[in-house]
Amino acid sequence: MNLAKPRKLVVGTKANLRSERLGFAALTLVTLLTVAPIVLIVGYILVKGLPAISWEFLTGFPKNGMRSGGILPAIIGTLYLTLGTAVFSIPLGVAAAIYIAEYAPDNRWTRLIRIAIINLAGIPSVVYGLFGFGLFVIFLRFGTSILAASLTLAIMTLPVIISTAEEALRAVPSSFRVVSVSLGGTRWQTVWRVVLPQAVPGILTGVILGLERAAGETAPILFTGAAFFLPRLPNSPFDATMALPYHIFVISTQVPGMPLQIQYGTVLVLLAFVLGMNLIASVIRSRARARRQW
Amino acid sequence: MDTFQIEHLSVTYSDGTESLRDINLAVQANQVTVLFGPAGGGKSTLLRSLNRLNDLDLGVKVSGRVIFHDQDVLAATTDVIALRRKVGIVFARPTPLPLTIYQNISYGLELTGEKRKQQLDQAVEAALRQADLWEEVSDRLNDPANSLSGGQQQRLCIARVLALQPEVILLDEPTSALDPISTAKIESSLKQLKQDYTIILAPHNTQQAARAADFAAFFLQGELIEYGPGKEIFTHPKDKRTLEYIEGRYG
Repeated sequence: MNLAKPRKLVVGTKANLRSERLGFAALTLVTLLTVAPIVLIVGYILVKGLPAISWEFLTGFPKNGMRSGGILPAIIGTLYLTLGTAVFSIPLGVAAAIYIAEYAPDNRWTRLIRIAIINLAGIPSVVYGLFGFGLFVIFLRFGTSILAASLTLAIMTLPVIISTAEEALRAVPSSFRVVSVSLGGTRWQTVWRVVLPQAVPGILTGVILGLERAAGETAPILFTGAAFFLPRLPNSPFDATMALPYHIFVISTQVPGMPLQIQYGTVLVLLAFVLGMNLIASVIRSRARARRQW
Repeated sequence: MDTFQIEHLSVTYSDGTESLRDINLAVQANQVTVLFGPAGGGKSTLLRSLNRLNDLDLGVKVSGRVIFHDQDVLAATTDVIALRRKVGIVFARPTPLPLTIYQNISYGLELTGEKRKQQLDQAVEAALRQADLWEEVSDRLNDPANSLSGGQQQRLCIARVLALQPEVILLDEPTSALDPISTAKIESSLKQLKQDYTIILAPHNTQQAARAADFAAFFLQGELIEYGPGKEIFTHPKDKRTLEYIEGRYG
């Protein structure tokens, strides 16, 4: 028998190789193009806004028709609104996710609920704003207030929190549930002691991403809680408040003779707020992944 | 004495496939009863019926009776939580919970509401000693359970069941993911454990079945073909199918 001569391993023809290189280069280029706007925006804002940042800017009240002074009321207002949103949306969202992931039977009714939640995420934020205005400001008589704005933002944030929390719960291996039940655990004990602790990092990531979106929104608070200008800090949930996103809208379109520097500075503060939350979410996620036991 | 009296037990899955057909079997207390046969014979299904763990699988239809302490386990009125504490199960793959070694053992007790540290400490140590694991882990009880080797994890899973002081221990191919040394350790602890517990074992091969069995039941495609003392089944089986399986002609 004639043994076949060992042949050189053929990876690809020259033409193949050339087109592979070309494709690789094209994909790299496209990826860079998608990153470029983010880098450009952040860089531009940093360069233009940093000179405006000072202790007085961060802790002072607006002066001279907002043309000078600080933006403390807007910073505090956004903080309050974000916290208020968290207070309402986290318990509701996580509870709903637990029900959907751990308790709900898989039938037409629960599928409908799931579809509804997904679709809620697609509703334009201005519609949430009008809804909140009708329900909380007018009907429930909360007035234009932190409470009404927080509730509106919470409703807007719920779908994000519910879907990410549901996903985080479902990612927990089902063998943990079977083991817990086999040791005499009830369903709730199983969720509370085993499943939920494992899902917390994932849930937290979703919560932060949802709150981050709420913190940057203008339309939902426009009708429900945002004030054009307040000479003092709000001192009850029923007060209206200034907020960074709306303040940016106001000083860039409503105030003639507004120094550009203050506008950039305010944008920079909001951006730092939102990106800071994003950073926290990333840290939580990577830490949890490193520690995960499954 | 019989622990379980299984009468006309049939289990059907939602897609219509029959997993068990009209099983009649009396499980002796303080013996190792082995359920063996080719894969898909219904051994796991039977084990999971005994502590109602197949309640978790949607669309499973169970009929017949499983008598345990003069009560039908399958009855709707059964307190399944209490049942599962009395009838513990060890799975094929080691499945430590994502907790520490200590917490894995104390978990079942804590579910009953036990909070006293001293009681928990004692129970954890006793269970680990029974499962022949104490010497290896006593100095690192607060390490994550998945830092243990596969064999240690599986003994941890046995200890976890023992901590609840059950009457019956179900083992579903407990050594299928383990090396021979770990397997030998677990088999030898089973011999110890049968003094205090009733053991029902679905072994992962025929040799293990023969080694471990006081009583043996041969399952083939959802039917109980033959049941009797292990020595008889593995030396003079009455049914031709049992003989052929033991000789390794199929399966």
